[in-house]
Amino acid sequence: MATQTTNIPDELKNDPRVPEDLNNNIFITTLDKIYNWGRKRSMWPLLFGLACCAIEMICTAASRHDLSRFGWELMRASPRQADLMIVSGTVTKKMIPQIVRLYNQMPEPRYVVAMGSCATSGGPFKEGYNVVSGIDKFIPVDVYIPGCPPRPEALLHSFVKLQEKIEKQSIRTVRWYTTGKTDNGMLVPYLGPDLVDLRRADEIKQKTAL
Amino acid sequence: MSEVTATPAKPAAKPAAPAAHGAAKPVAAAKMTPEMSAIAAKFGGAVEAAQYEGLLVTDHSKFIEIATYVRDVLKYNQLTNNTATDYIKDGVIEVVNQFTRVPQGGAPLTLKLRVPRPSGNDKTQPVPSLCPLYPGAEFQERETYDMYGVVFEGHPDLRRILMWEGFNGWPLRKDWKEAYYEGDTKPFESRWPGGDHKLAEERVPWEDNVNYPPGFDPFAFKPHPDGDIYDSMLAPSDGTVSIDNGHGVAPTLIEGLNASEMAELKTDEIIVNMGPQHPSTHGVLRMVVKLDGEKVTDLKLALGYLHRNHEKIGERNTWLHNIPYTDRLDYITGIYNEWGYVLGVERMMGLKTTDRVEYLRVITGELTRLASHFWAIGFLLNDLGAFFTPALYFITERDLIIDLLEAVTGSRMMCNYMRFGGVSRDFTSAQWAMARELAFERLPRTIDELDHFLTENEILKARSIGTGYMSADRCIAHSLTGPCLRAAGIGYDVRRADPYGYYDRFDFNIPVLYNGDVYDRYLVRVQEMRESLKIIQQALNQAETQSKVGDIQGGKKAYNHRVPAGQCYARVETPKGELGYYLVSDGNQNPYKYHIRSCSYINLNSMKEMAVGQKVADSVVILGSLDIVLGEVDR
Repeated sequence: MATQTTNIPDELKNDPRVPEDLNNNIFITTLDKIYNWGRKRSMWPLLFGLACCAIEMICTAASRHDLSRFGWELMRASPRQADLMIVSGTVTKKMIPQIVRLYNQMPEPRYVVAMGSCATSGGPFKEGYNVVSGIDKFIPVDVYIPGCPPRPEALLHSFVKLQEKIEKQSIRTVRWYTTGKTDNGMLVPYLGPDLVDLRRADEIKQKTAL
Repeated sequence: MSEVTATPAKPAAKPAAPAAHGAAKPVAAAKMTPEMSAIAAKFGGAVEAAQYEGLLVTDHSKFIEIATYVRDVLKYNQLTNNTATDYIKDGVIEVVNQFTRVPQGGAPLTLKLRVPRPSGNDKTQPVPSLCPLYPGAEFQERETYDMYGVVFEGHPDLRRILMWEGFNGWPLRKDWKEAYYEGDTKPFESRWPGGDHKLAEERVPWEDNVNYPPGFDPFAFKPHPDGDIYDSMLAPSDGTVSIDNGHGVAPTLIEGLNASEMAELKTDEIIVNMGPQHPSTHGVLRMVVKLDGEKVTDLKLALGYLHRNHEKIGERNTWLHNIPYTDRLDYITGIYNEWGYVLGVERMMGLKTTDRVEYLRVITGELTRLASHFWAIGFLLNDLGAFFTPALYFITERDLIIDLLEAVTGSRMMCNYMRFGGVSRDFTSAQWAMARELAFERLPRTIDELDHFLTENEILKARSIGTGYMSADRCIAHSLTGPCLRAAGIGYDVRRADPYGYYDRFDFNIPVLYNGDVYDRYLVRVQEMRESLKIIQQALNQAETQSKVGDIQGGKKAYNHRVPAGQCYARVETPKGELGYYLVSDGNQNPYKYHIRSCSYINLNSMKEMAVGQKVADSVVILGSLDIVLGEVDR
């Protein structure tokens, strides 16, 4: 059960509203806790691999490390059914429009784990002309894992960290339950003479002006 | 090792230039082999001996004639490697073609073409394309076009392949600078001890890894990154397929209708895009298929979604820097990729290795072959619909192999194990016992189990027998290598065809089957695993009696090796096929040219011909049987 629960208080023990056989079987908690307790243990990751890290991600899901101990084993191939994107590998300029589009297609609440040094910062391939210096240039990241590639244990650790983060969220404050703040997703960059981030389009036009 | 004659003991104060290219000192011309002499005798004025190796075709109009002679008379029936090198000092771009005899093997024959180097971002003058003679040239020439802007005349579909249409510049040209450019060669100033290290983003005006040409207007630009991949597939066909690959050129028959009724029936064709995010494309591969009902009538591949500029980075790196990068090519079989690279550099430096090193290389290399085949078979079964259950068993076995490699090298996948003239660490006695337990006890049993449960499985046979057939001749023409070629009846394996390492000391067979379909590719892999085990067992036994413990780090233990000026094409047989490294050194501490002949990439060339005429569900199985790894496809 949720981390902090209490048994039924003494003054309620003889309360006629509580059936006798439920005495000592009722727990009181907050809505946030029970809600976060449920969803943090049934994340559906997006079945989506990019590079070497995807192999370690598959190993994490396999018998030895067994992702299902955390209730996260239901990998969905469709972003519409997924809660979590594990960016497992080098993010290239050619691939980033698709990744941002996948992210936008995931329903909220959605989380992103940047797995490995490539997804975090570009890693060993950072200087490459087709490599994006980290996925966080385009979509928000919740947990970063170092490593090239991170071991399966490190990926599991990132899940524990993400669970901690989810525990701290409150239904009252998270954006996706508030009215008036719709999520339009992130702007999808396009491939021109180089990768064009539309959020910077004005600046690009200014700097390249002849 | 003291007896090793490597680079000069004292590096000269000045760089070891004169460099090979465009330098004052004339470079020795290649030694003429009998085949080269035959070409020179027949085509007298059109060819001359090139620098270091091969023939330079000076008269481009004779090139196709020469290539036809090479293919039909000299019997070099496979184009193994096509790339280019930018000799900026000479003002030329040199196109390199390497041909091999399959299955006889032996050293490859090299034909070179030189075109003047255009200025700026212009394309070069056209050179003749080899596609009509060697269909395997298609993807390789597209890559050369993509990286150097070399135009191939007569190529059926000359578009960019790794980068996108509209990208500014030809990345592998020596005067093309990437956005984070810091210097031509590493180690960069900022990374030396005491250097003022800044983030790459802080050094460039855009504060990001981008660069735009002057006058670029992001609002007016119409992106067209796919080129005309869809347009070229839009032309309606009559439901027949243009390629006669044995899967039937007749239209799909609906039950109860005969052919003439079928012809009157108008069926729609649709174009379906699969990938780059698709669970069955083994990574970020993208397929565009044109379907008539469920039948594939056309197929195009879009690559480059994992193109991480290995070759450009490789030319900046020092020779030693590149070893860990090769791990990330085909990340299932890291150690074997390293082997190909160090083999090339050792040949150029004239390094010798010790017995212990060669045995350790064979043991670790063959263990990765086992791991790779476990993985390949597991995921082939995935593609056949047995989702993840068989793969779980094989990943368990792979994990045991990986455990050993991790204990020895310190990393599960990116082992960084090979060194020039040596390996980084020896096995301890506990690791040796672990290897023996795996090779003699655990893995033989597992392979028997795999064979027992899968080989006669009714569903596996129903789905895979006859699927993805390609004849031996077409396989050779498409430059196919590895288990897929051997499943078509060609016993070509680099371990026998162009031997390296200590493979001549072991008793093993090259499994060959003759049906050329998915089932035989599966069977070849299973048999190869048994042969690998035989090799490992013999190597473990021999190493105990015939090698000295601890005698492993050969060569000069230097950070900046200087490799004598020259060229080298080194190749090894990875689990996927022939992995080649075409290296050019100008005598400095960085490779002047670093090209990878990637077997996964070139094997994909034949995907279209295998899949057209089959059901769309089978195209996924065919891809699984080719066993590609995107890290090596896109590099």
